[in-house]
Amino acid sequence: MLNQVQDKSILIASASPHIRDTDSIPRIMWAVVLSLVPAGIASIFTFGYYCLYVILLSIVSAIFTEALILGVRKISVISTLKDGSAVVTGILLAYTLPPGVSWYIPVIGSFFAIVIVKHAFGGLGNNIWNPALAARAFLQTAYPAALNSDWRVLQHGIGNLFHNITEIDPEGNMVDAVTRATPLAKEAGAEAYHFTQLLIGSVPGCIGETSTIALLLGGAYLIYKRYINWYVPAYYIATVFIMVLILPPQTKTPWANNPFYHILAGGLILGAFFMATDMVTSPLTKSGLIIFAVGTGVLTVLIRFYSGYPEGVCYSLLLMNTATPLIDRFTKPRLYGARIKKA
Amino acid sequence: MITLVKSKLKTFIGGIHPGEDGKLLTKDRKEALAPLPKIVYLLMSQHIGAPCKPIVKKGDYVTKGQLVGESQGFISANVHASISGKVTDIVPWPHPVTGVKSPSVIIERTDEDSWTEGTNVETDIDLISSDEIKQRIQSAGVVGLGGATFPTHVKLTLPKDRPIDTVVMNGAECEPYLTCDYRLMLDRSREIIQGLKLIMKCIGCKKAHIGIEANKEDIYTLFKDILSNEPDIKVDLMEVKYPQGAEHQLIKALLNREFKPTQLPLEVGAIVINVGTAFVVYEAVKFKRPLIQRIVTVTGNGVENPQNFLVRLGTPIKHLLEEARVVSNIDKIIFGGPMMGIAQGNLDTAVTIKGTGGILAFKGTQQWNSHACIRCGRCIDSCPYGLNPSILSIQSEAKEFNLALENNVMECKECGCCTYICPAKRPIVHLIKFAKAEIAKQKAQKATPAERK
Ligand code: SF4
Ligand code: SF4
Repeated sequence: MLNQVQDKSILIASASPHIRDTDSIPRIMWAVVLSLVPAGIASIFTFGYYCLYVILLSIVSAIFTEALILGVRKISVISTLKDGSAVVTGILLAYTLPPGVSWYIPVIGSFFAIVIVKHAFGGLGNNIWNPALAARAFLQTAYPAALNSDWRVLQHGIGNLFHNITEIDPEGNMVDAVTRATPLAKEAGAEAYHFTQLLIGSVPGCIGETSTIALLLGGAYLIYKRYINWYVPAYYIATVFIMVLILPPQTKTPWANNPFYHILAGGLILGAFFMATDMVTSPLTKSGLIIFAVGTGVLTVLIRFYSGYPEGVCYSLLLMNTATPLIDRFTKPRLYGARIKKA
Repeated sequence: MITLVKSKLKTFIGGIHPGEDGKLLTKDRKEALAPLPKIVYLLMSQHIGAPCKPIVKKGDYVTKGQLVGESQGFISANVHASISGKVTDIVPWPHPVTGVKSPSVIIERTDEDSWTEGTNVETDIDLISSDEIKQRIQSAGVVGLGGATFPTHVKLTLPKDRPIDTVVMNGAECEPYLTCDYRLMLDRSREIIQGLKLIMKCIGCKKAHIGIEANKEDIYTLFKDILSNEPDIKVDLMEVKYPQGAEHQLIKALLNREFKPTQLPLEVGAIVINVGTAFVVYEAVKFKRPLIQRIVTVTGNGVENPQNFLVRLGTPIKHLLEEARVVSNIDKIIFGGPMMGIAQGNLDTAVTIKGTGGILAFKGTQQWNSHACIRCGRCIDSCPYGLNPSILSIQSEAKEFNLALENNVMECKECGCCTYICPAKRPIVHLIKFAKAEIAKQKAQKATPAERK
């Protein structure tokens, strides 16, 4: 029996350890995809079916671009595609776009995210910036008109349904509601939204960012699966809360001084649970991650308060992505026993 | 949440939970006498230190327990005949773990199986002196059976300036699949405690601390019972976590003392003894029995009859695998546990040595494709020694050895936690081992011209 084994010399002489954890990159990525589904569904309820087209278009172009570039780089196309990371990028990009955005925006954005941000730096694991966020910032600069004027009213039949159920629309008019880019808009006279609305997501905003409940559901799942650390969103959100409290009030819009409003309105929840937690573009150690989260929180509020933009999540994250190698350098793990306790 | 519930149990920071299913295969398998092999191959180097010198010739007849390899130098350990028979040859033979060849005395068994003169005699050890204890341990060729195979008499020879206040006994057996220590603790608990006391007496140490993993509560109760009148020997349950049985983690868990990866437990006033070693110390001192056999767990999904065999040293593992009814489509044989064990390429030469605690046979082995690091940080959280395996693997792969040195690559204990946990399936330990070997090579090259001067 054994001689047979010997003759064929099929014994695998691989290095230890000989057992591995069941978690893998595909498992993590597909779990992230799953965790983003509730927010997608919520967006369809709020903004209508056109959102689904944007999301799907974004995913398909991400996959297509990834396949193309893998072919060019001569990397196994199928096995890499299966890891789900292109799908994650596609979804995240779509979630940062206006609900009524023109079809070519997600296509160009996905292409930019995959080719320039991800593969030009060596592919998944080597990219410095979160591909979806960097693409979003690129689109903002390259196509400002398309991004700023496309907050038009959509075929949001089901969105109205939501309103009827919750009955908390202050204006009683959803059509007006979705015409503004974000509830954080600073123009004088901009209306505040009820917190219940902000939780459910029946407010204007980017496709995937409005429904706090749906996002928390996905985030909780990822924390439960230990695919993201609870303390990154916790420190990020807490920092935003504290910053809004201690900074001098921005009196033009009274609600803008309410820390809860800053957490629930805009892209903070999406950014805190799904973008700040991107492993590749955030620091390695726990202390590094906390510095990263606090830094992002500080920058987010500074941008929201003192810049021309209503929203600060995207740029603050990109800035902290850039600072990540530096943070890593100063938060090296401590060698065991370096401080010897004497008996 | 889980950690909160378990917080009562002693443990260390980092490590992994590889699951306990593997142990279930053999947990209830009492030690079984493996049928004696026809031939044994006694390696002259079964320990850390200088290889022994064979003191028998081809054609000699030897009896069980007879000295066949005499230790050379201080750090070395005697080798004795594990069966009675005729020395058919003395040839260089590869070590199953290091691959380094050392002379091997090959003995062909005769029907006789009684102990040689002067061994296997019960002695009165109530008034034995500490020098006599050490002398008997040394002549019996006892080494650390936890896998490190450091000669025990050397370990018990303490430097004068380093007082030891506690003997720590390792009953963790944290490697998945292995149950040889568990069985020994269950079936030979009194002998093990006797052995521990002899060690304490030998080095004049009053206190001892025994660590048991929480999955072996029966052992804990057993030891507690035996030791109910001995306040100086403490027994504690520890969290089930790998590598709970490694010296640093054991001492951290039980005594809350830390020392650097490259330092010895001596640094913090402790020495660590494995339960298997304590047992053979007892055998050696009480009965003057040389170390010629040990329990080996033969298990894995590649054997139909997993067992804890009492095995004579030098037994070809083929013999053991046949006894455990190995299946024909096995594709991996591992010497030791699944975390740190060495996969065998050649079944014909692999023989058991003093440090062999387990032989694992697997079929349908999964192979992993490695991906670029996705910077998840799990390896850092799992490294019990506070290293950054991610950066070490990247620097080793890029052959940037100087950078790896700066990141303490030489402090890596190769425990495998980082590689086990890595979702990108990076062969981190493999890369680190490669870097360590290259750095050692470069150091040797640099040293040579200097010496010539
Ligand atoms: S193998 Fe080395 S680097 Fe990896 S966890 Fe163990 S000690 Fe740390
Ligand atoms: S566990 Fe693997 S993927 Fe994660 S940081 Fe370490 S090396 Fe990179």
